Amino acid sequence: MTSYAVAAGVAVLVAILADLVLLRTALTRSRTWWTAYGIVVGFQLITNGWLTGRGIVRYSDEAILGSGHIVFIGDGRIAYAPVEDLAFGFALVLMGCAMWVWTGARIRPPETPSSA
Amino acid sequence: MLAFVLIGTLPLHRYYRLSVLRQPMRLLMAIAPVAVVFITWDLLATSSGQWQFDPAQTFGMRLWGLPLEEYAFFVVIPLAGILTFEAVKVVREGRRSA
Repeated sequence: MTSYAVAAGVAVLVAILADLVLLRTALTRSRTWWTAYGIVVGFQLITNGWLTGRGIVRYSDEAILGSGHIVFIGDGRIAYAPVEDLAFGFALVLMGCAMWVWTGARIRPPETPSSA
Repeated sequence: MLAFVLIGTLPLHRYYRLSVLRQPMRLLMAIAPVAVVFITWDLLATSSGQWQFDPAQTFGMRLWGLPLEEYAFFVVIPLAGILTFEAVKVVREGRRSA
């Protein structure tokens, strides 16, 4: 049924929509956020590889694009984890950062960097 | 795994003199709604059998069918993302003014 694949795809779209339209934080248009995400996704491959390669988290073969066999790469997996996890992580980190920036503009006045 | 993430990201706070942890209310308001949404997703996915947690490799305590550390995951990962984002911002701003 690849239900996780569908949900993960929807989550990415919702996160981008929230960033660009709802919260108007536009992080996906900033080099800073993409640089940070690049760092995060590298570590996600390591930590998530640990969780999935050791079978701490196991996926139903019906929920994911791959067949459910735990392989390092291929069969819908990268570093042991289903590729859907990358979408899940992208949405989670983007939403967290977007909310952080959004609340920053509301809770306290934005700090003006002394270097500017 | 969560400890590894914190060991990797918390030093950024001191090294780049970030003010993230000095704003607990803002952190709460940023992370809590995201955590609620993703925990809801996790609960639905776990209860419908999309994924499961190995009882032998997680703490025994369960809340609504999820290991306790799974809840911590949804606080630690957004926090790590925010710390990384703020650290990159400092590095980039420093480079611009240099």
